[in-house]
Amino acid sequence: MISREEVEHVARLARLHFDDEELVRLQPELSGILDYVQQLSELDLSGLEPTSYAVALKNVLRADVPWEGLTNEEAMSNAPDDERGQFAVPRIG
Amino acid sequence: MAINVQGLTAHACRDLLASREVSSTELTQAYLDRIDEVDGRIQAYLLVDREGALEAAAAVDAKAPDQRKPWEGVPIALKDVLCTKGLETTCASRILKGYVPPYDATVVAKLRQAGLVFLGKLNMDEFAMGSSTENSAYQVTRNPWDCDRVPGGSSGGSAACVAASEAPWALGTDTGGSIRQPASFCGVTGLKPTYGAVSRYGLIAFASSLDQIGPLTRNTKDAAALLDLIAGRDPLDSTSTGLNEPAGIPTRGDLEGLRFGVVSELTGEACDPGVREVFQSAVDAIESVGGVCEPVSLPSVERGVAAYYLIAPSEASSNLARFDGVRYGHRSKHAEDLYEMYIHTRSEGFGAEVKRRIMIGTYALSAGYYDAYYAQAQRTRTLIIKDFEEVFRRFDYVISPTAPSVAFKIGEKVSDPLAMYLNDLCTIPVSLAALPGISIPAGFSAGMPVGLQIVGPHFSEHGILNAAHAVEQRLALDLVPPLEEVCG
Repeated sequence: MISREEVEHVARLARLHFDDEELVRLQPELSGILDYVQQLSELDLSGLEPTSYAVALKNVLRADVPWEGLTNEEAMSNAPDDERGQFAVPRIG
Repeated sequence: MAINVQGLTAHACRDLLASREVSSTELTQAYLDRIDEVDGRIQAYLLVDREGALEAAAAVDAKAPDQRKPWEGVPIALKDVLCTKGLETTCASRILKGYVPPYDATVVAKLRQAGLVFLGKLNMDEFAMGSSTENSAYQVTRNPWDCDRVPGGSSGGSAACVAASEAPWALGTDTGGSIRQPASFCGVTGLKPTYGAVSRYGLIAFASSLDQIGPLTRNTKDAAALLDLIAGRDPLDSTSTGLNEPAGIPTRGDLEGLRFGVVSELTGEACDPGVREVFQSAVDAIESVGGVCEPVSLPSVERGVAAYYLIAPSEASSNLARFDGVRYGHRSKHAEDLYEMYIHTRSEGFGAEVKRRIMIGTYALSAGYYDAYYAQAQRTRTLIIKDFEEVFRRFDYVISPTAPSVAFKIGEKVSDPLAMYLNDLCTIPVSLAALPGISIPAGFSAGMPVGLQIVGPHFSEHGILNAAHAVEQRLALDLVPPLEEVCG
């Protein structure tokens, strides 16, 4: 069973916040899922390489040719807040 | 000419346009009318782009037909995970409400180039995480065969839309079964291509090593045509390779000389009795047209769900880090500083299932757990790949039901995440091995559609579609849902 402290620690890593009510629900849910996936630890998989991509690809190269990207206006068009063509954010810490 | 779009395939649309009996404007209007008539009940569309669709149709009508563009003027609808330039794209999430992409996904650009008309954007589970479309932040889509039931997911809007003839065909995406399972639930055809066959550029990422875009259609011919329209290598997605050979138009009527492995682990107790019965009738159909079916054991597939629910959330936790309120989408108004802004933005913007998966992924990738969880899951993935390779030495294709049950009731599984995950038992191993898989309607259990999944080796889309076509011709099912009766 994953502890409440662990849930809060992982939430901080993931930049999420849960209130007390959510934590009460989340803790057993996450524990249930982690208990289920725990079955993999019973398998003897020594000698097997981990697969990150299932279709083998060699280095994919292309010529370094410039092309038209987004304009500054297009790139900024969804900005929640901007200043002089740049993304604006609240003060840091 | 009045057009009845019910049951109309994309090929039939194309033929109507080619005969000049109908203009693209009339055809598009007929679909918009159909959407007006039924979507209040089905709720497949998040956004209907009336103006844009009629404008695109009028542009096609105003010019001479282009022989190189046989699909010009045919309408289509898109899952809302695909970026459409100038058209809101939300991934059915609050965090992307109001997001208007400044560019098209490659598949969207290809369809635009081919002259297709976009009717609108379709509902889905938020960020494609779910198997029922109930995780949408906006609305609950209903199954056109029974409005009290889910359409499946995550491409539930795409499947329901095609089943209810609110578009002749649609694009969906599949990470662990998100095209095939809803296709099975809604009685339509859904194809997940080999990983890499289709560019993922402009597909909002969930799990990058698994995500693929594919067609949801009324039959195998339409699926093949749509796959050929979207497949291809793309410099903007370095993992894309395209197909080795085009899917072509499937014509095969027999299955002489083909061997089908019936996956024991996915056909026995794992499935409901009603599903097993329909699956057996599909096996009989395959044999009646010359195919040989034999049981085959793939023991590692039983570990697929466990491996998937580590790999996919791990990739998701990393991919969804980009939603931080800085560049696009929702930004919380309740923050004093940047750190608080991140936390509040994400906590307000993401739904419960998305948060759950981010938590699982973050946990699995965090210091001290990486080897026990993520690396072990990736080794399991290797095992599954090897098992499939072994089976394809002896069989041309492997088959199973697409899902262990028919569509379940709305609300039935929302409070039990693990029960929901197990719904993807038959489709997940195929995704982990990057194989192509198709779901076609195989029959009905108590009035609800049941899908047959056919899986082949990498890049065997041409073969899978032809095999599926032969089964489809043999079964000759009536696949127009009696909407007035079941959703009156």
